[in-house]
Amino acid sequence: MLQNILDFVFGRLKPSDFVHDPIMAGAGFAMVGALILAIIGLTYFKKWGWLWRNWITSLDPKKIGVMYILVSVIMLLRGLADALLLRAQQATDGSAGLLTSDHFQQIFSAHGSIMIFFVAMGIIFGVFNLIIPSQIGARDVAFPFLNSVSFWLFAAGMILINAPLIVGEFSTAGWLAYPPLSELQYSPGVGVDYWIWSLQIAGIGSLLSGINFFVTILKMRAPGMTLMKMPIFVWSALTSTGLIMFAFPILTATLGMLSLDRLMGMHFFTATGGGNPMMYVNLIWAWGHPEVYILVLPAFGIFSEVVSAFSGKKLFGYTSMVVALLAIAILSFTVWLHHFFTMGAGADVNTFFGIMTMIIAIPTGVKVFNWIFTMYRGRVRFATPMLWFMGFIVTFTLGGLAGVLMSVPPADFQFHNSLFLVAHFHTMIVGGVLFGAFAGFAYWFPKFTGFTLNERLGRYAFWNWIVGFLLAFVPLYILGFMGATRRLDHYDPSMGWQGLFVVAGIGVAIICVGVFFQLLQLGYSIWKRNDNRVGSDPWNGRSFEWSIASPPPEYNFAVIPTVTQRDEFWELKKKKHGSLLKSHYEDIWLPKNSGLGPIIGAFALAFGIAVIWHMWWLLIVGLVGVVVTLIIRLTSDETEEKMTAAEVAKHELKRGIV
Amino acid sequence: MKNVIEEAAVQQKKTLGFWIYLMTDLVLFASLFATFAVLRGQTFGGPSGHDLFNMPFVLLETMILLTSSFTAGLAILGSNRGYKKQTIFWLFVTFALGAAFLTLELTEFSHLVSEGDGWQRSAFLSSFFTLVGTHGLHIAIGLLWLAVMIIRLIRFKFKQTDLNRLALFALFWHFLDVVWIFIFSIVYLIGGMA
Repeated sequence: MLQNILDFVFGRLKPSDFVHDPIMAGAGFAMVGALILAIIGLTYFKKWGWLWRNWITSLDPKKIGVMYILVSVIMLLRGLADALLLRAQQATDGSAGLLTSDHFQQIFSAHGSIMIFFVAMGIIFGVFNLIIPSQIGARDVAFPFLNSVSFWLFAAGMILINAPLIVGEFSTAGWLAYPPLSELQYSPGVGVDYWIWSLQIAGIGSLLSGINFFVTILKMRAPGMTLMKMPIFVWSALTSTGLIMFAFPILTATLGMLSLDRLMGMHFFTATGGGNPMMYVNLIWAWGHPEVYILVLPAFGIFSEVVSAFSGKKLFGYTSMVVALLAIAILSFTVWLHHFFTMGAGADVNTFFGIMTMIIAIPTGVKVFNWIFTMYRGRVRFATPMLWFMGFIVTFTLGGLAGVLMSVPPADFQFHNSLFLVAHFHTMIVGGVLFGAFAGFAYWFPKFTGFTLNERLGRYAFWNWIVGFLLAFVPLYILGFMGATRRLDHYDPSMGWQGLFVVAGIGVAIICVGVFFQLLQLGYSIWKRNDNRVGSDPWNGRSFEWSIASPPPEYNFAVIPTVTQRDEFWELKKKKHGSLLKSHYEDIWLPKNSGLGPIIGAFALAFGIAVIWHMWWLLIVGLVGVVVTLIIRLTSDETEEKMTAAEVAKHELKRGIV
Repeated sequence: MKNVIEEAAVQQKKTLGFWIYLMTDLVLFASLFATFAVLRGQTFGGPSGHDLFNMPFVLLETMILLTSSFTAGLAILGSNRGYKKQTIFWLFVTFALGAAFLTLELTEFSHLVSEGDGWQRSAFLSSFFTLVGTHGLHIAIGLLWLAVMIIRLIRFKFKQTDLNRLALFALFWHFLDVVWIFIFSIVYLIGGMA
């Protein structure tokens, strides 16, 4: 009787699920400890109300953007810790007995999933939130509440993917959970369910956010800003969100089908019952390859902004940049099969996808040349954003060439699943997306804080990163040639691989020094913020975000600017028109705060926990909660409040702009 | 209150956003259609579509759903001209037809399951239940939406914001109709061939 009640309440959760080996338990305790410290701190300093009113319930995209970035930074540290463990295990050849095979598999699965979904995606959406409205001369995004829901779904997914450190286990099936390994027959535990539902919930958030920014860009540009007058970052965001809209529904459907296999005994991808595991692999890469471009296109956009701002020139070949973005976006849906040339689709199919993959290198090459020509004859300032850009150009070109090498199907039969591949995609995603994020961080940081980051520490961080990065990944290219496959938790010493693995380990250690300098840079810059105060336009920028105060007011623009040409702000500065601002203010409508976004996130989290642990009562609670909260929000009409023209004028006066 | 121009701009954004949402939903259905197309022959020794589908029954379902789309259109026409009673009437008819469709679909499902041809039987049946069931789930959500709409329209006497929502609902309902036409053609007509 008691057992029945316990089973009903807790599903398949048992006390033993809380027991972990020392490394995982340590990480779990550290996380819970940090959480408890944060709660004590908030209570002691009486900051709960502040946190709730100013951050959690805020619908201001700038606040939501900062929260995205904060979560991503924490997840980056988690993913980095995972990487350290993986490198340590391989450098010691597994003989030190650092990690068990099972634990090693959980770590590489978590490392990949977290880095893509909760670091890279989080950074991209954080930057979208912070930059897009102010670059297109808008006060807000198209759907502010939806934006909050997206973030809290992302946060719920983040909690779910970290929960296995405390309760249960994570997936051992890799970051894409190929069946039949990820099916119930071979992975009966909760690991794959954790993976599915954290990605599913965060993925739906990403999809909604993609729709939101797509509409924002199409409908909310300042008067006169035609598509071809948009800053190039906005173009990159438009193509990226376009890809999100086409790719993420495929992920939702695929994860849904895998989950139905596991929960309801269906046979989509099982080895029995007529299921077809290769269908899963096709579907997941039909999402997965565009996903890579969803991440890297905004990074291209950031670099385009950085390189033209720090070269003091307009971007070379704006039109060809836009065409290249569109070409990459369209081609990205025609190459997915190159992830599994070895599936056996036949020579014709492999040839088609191989050629399409090579073609995608052309628009990317156009972009690289445009960036270089932008610097040519420019007055280049080597501030930290520019350093990250230079590092990116080198590593990204190297990694891109490795990619072209692998796009040749017969060659790929050798590289498939080898460390060469691992080195390739890390060069693209670290050297492309992450360096882009770092460049953007240093570039836009003063806009949202009012002070710059310390340059010297930024340089230290960059040099540690680039040296560590090359040391960590060049050996992996070589190891790949030597036949080392990915995901090895031990190997025979006679292979002669250990030396290179040790070098790679040292590389990651140097990257950690770089990360240390970045954290130090952030802390030191905040501490010394009064020495580094800058005005609204510290870099002599080109687009509209530099025309408003740093940090910007909640409404961004007191008066919406009018656009007649590309780089309007830059051209106006050249003509010395002085202030862009007219003294005529009007009433501004801003969204009221809403606590319903975080509540929807909480119910989604409950739903996720329920479906993972088979607590069916909680599943109903979560589902009904989400639906009821949505109905409450969708049927409420007064969701905005007015800021009168007089109040706007007062705000602007206080900031000393007028 | 905001001025009329601003309100219209808000509604434009919502309409575009909703259209884009519908297109993403279409991609989701496309993934399920592709899966069905691949797994259609994978009956694993069990029954095929030809053995299972009762075409007159499915035709009845189809006609009911198409009619409900028509009545939803009549409701929109009524609301555009300010005929409140007609609008409510046609919305009730739409609801009744949608509920009838859903009931018939569930009847078909429970019949299949009771015959031992549930979703666990074969990959073909898994993909069939998931594709058709996902459409049914959308219909159920649409019915919930419609119920809330009817209550609000009556209670708040046809506020402009509710009329805007009604227009989006009609889009949703017609969209589900279009998806059903594809289900009817691909799952039942082509999938039911010997």
